Amino acid sequence: MNTAIEAAGLTKQYGGHRALDGVDLSVEAGTVLGLLGPNGAGKTTTVRTLATLLEPDAGTARVAGFDIVRQRREVRRRIGLAGQYAAVDELLTGRENLVLLGRLLRLGRRGSAARAAELLAQFELEAAADKPAKEYSGGMRRRLDLAVSLIAAPEVLFLDEPTTGLDPASRATLWRMVQDQVDQGVTVLLTTQYLEEADFLADRILVVDRGRVIAEGTSDELKRKVGGERLEVAVADGSALAQAAAVLAPLAVAPPQLDERQRTVHVQLPDGMGALASAATALDYAGVTVEEFALRRPSLDDVFFHLTGEATGAPGPREAAKAEASV
Amino acid sequence: MSSVLAHGGDVAALTGRHLRHLRRTPEKIIGVALTPVAMVVILGYLFATVVEVKNTGGSYREYIMAGVFAQVGLSCIGITAIGVAGDLGKGLIDRFRSLPMGRATVLVSHTLADLAAAALSILLVAVTGLAVGWRVHGSFLENLTGFLLLLGFAYAMLWVGALLGMVMRNLEAISGVAALLLVLFSFLSSSFMPLTGLPGWLRTVAEWNPVSAVSEACRQLWGNTGPAASGSFPVENAVLVSALSIGLLVAVLIPLSLRVYRISATR
Repeated sequence: MNTAIEAAGLTKQYGGHRALDGVDLSVEAGTVLGLLGPNGAGKTTTVRTLATLLEPDAGTARVAGFDIVRQRREVRRRIGLAGQYAAVDELLTGRENLVLLGRLLRLGRRGSAARAAELLAQFELEAAADKPAKEYSGGMRRRLDLAVSLIAAPEVLFLDEPTTGLDPASRATLWRMVQDQVDQGVTVLLTTQYLEEADFLADRILVVDRGRVIAEGTSDELKRKVGGERLEVAVADGSALAQAAAVLAPLAVAPPQLDERQRTVHVQLPDGMGALASAATALDYAGVTVEEFALRRPSLDDVFFHLTGEATGAPGPREAAKAEASV
Repeated sequence: MSSVLAHGGDVAALTGRHLRHLRRTPEKIIGVALTPVAMVVILGYLFATVVEVKNTGGSYREYIMAGVFAQVGLSCIGITAIGVAGDLGKGLIDRFRSLPMGRATVLVSHTLADLAAAALSILLVAVTGLAVGWRVHGSFLENLTGFLLLLGFAYAMLWVGALLGMVMRNLEAISGVAALLLVLFSFLSSSFMPLTGLPGWLRTVAEWNPVSAVSEACRQLWGNTGPAASGSFPVENAVLVSALSIGLLVAVLIPLSLRVYRISATR
């Protein structure tokens, strides 16, 4: 496997503010790296630097085998960039947007037209192909933006918060389309605030905060850092909450946490089915009426909170691996 | 050679984009031509009845036409400024910069397409002028030189617009500044009145205003004025002064804009 993106010690200073403070990263060809972090963590600056839009103050990086400062033009021939705001020309039609970028990437008039038609079909934009982009919905714009960034079949694709502001259905569609590109061998560097998105698309995740990389690993590795699975017990009657906690406390590795509003007890049990069975038996024996009995793996949200002590801005739906059992 | 051709292709593709914009938003041309056309009517009909211009062979209506044409150039500042600021704001410039394109391509194609808008506006004003009785009296070459000077002046003003658009990203603020520049530079010039009545220093400033030079040159070339009696250098050598000031403006503005483009896009 060769490396498609490699950066060492990238630093960028704006006045007194260090946007990047020594970022190292490496992405194998054909894989997806998710850059996760709160607003202002340096995600966009990293992407803009790697995409040759910004020159780093210090550090080096190679994208698709070329230096981002000294061989800018070579890099630019091999990358696609889809930004935070869908950078499409609103007065041009979808097709014209694609053809324009095709011509600027030297595909020629005929080549651009052919490639545009291909991408319009692939991104399900054929029906709207000859309407001005200002009439497109948010999801269609993002799809067009992604299609435009793929016009010259780039080796490396930079996606800066590609689904921010989209509804869940449009987001799922876009994810599928990005996944298609990865399946065809494109290397992707993706920034996102949605933990769910990094979980779904990224092979490896880099957590950044204040211009530094603070954690790195696969989604599972990061979750393991926070600890094992947790049991969540919701009781029917709020007054039984304390009782449930008292019953579970002797079985747990850490004191149970109570959530009064949700009438839920969170508790971390030792590994194995035995502990789970004992918990169920103990609750049943104590006569607590249980509404929900679920095992939850820590989400990336928990990981993030654990690493930075801050919750993420985006309240993405918490993904849970529920093992519901009737009691 | 092949790289020159490729750059030409990039400019052609992007200029095509802006010309499409122009076709889809014809109000852009109306915006440029509206004020000057209104000036022809207002000055030509209302003011002409009270203003008596000394040293003009022709009428006041003939006198102002050159100034109105120069005003078209000034109102071009706004369209390029808004176009460039819009592209920056929407992230299109980022996308263009991530392509293996020449550094000057984006601004060159913006200004080329807007020059087409300027030429159309000049045509509109000319038609209005002819309708109210303005005529050119020079030789074919003289008449043509006048219009070429106007186009050159408009082109220089488009680069002022590019610079303004990059420095001020806010579209409302740009409209305000562009309107101020239009009023300031067209009235502090010989566009609509001879400068003989102005106090000394103000007169010098107004005489060296490129708008004065351009409109005076056009008047002389088109025979829309009597023999220049008041013998200050920029008035006596209006064609030379206007050509030189356009050249100077372009020589300063283009490299400056390209530099600002590099810096402003990397913010």
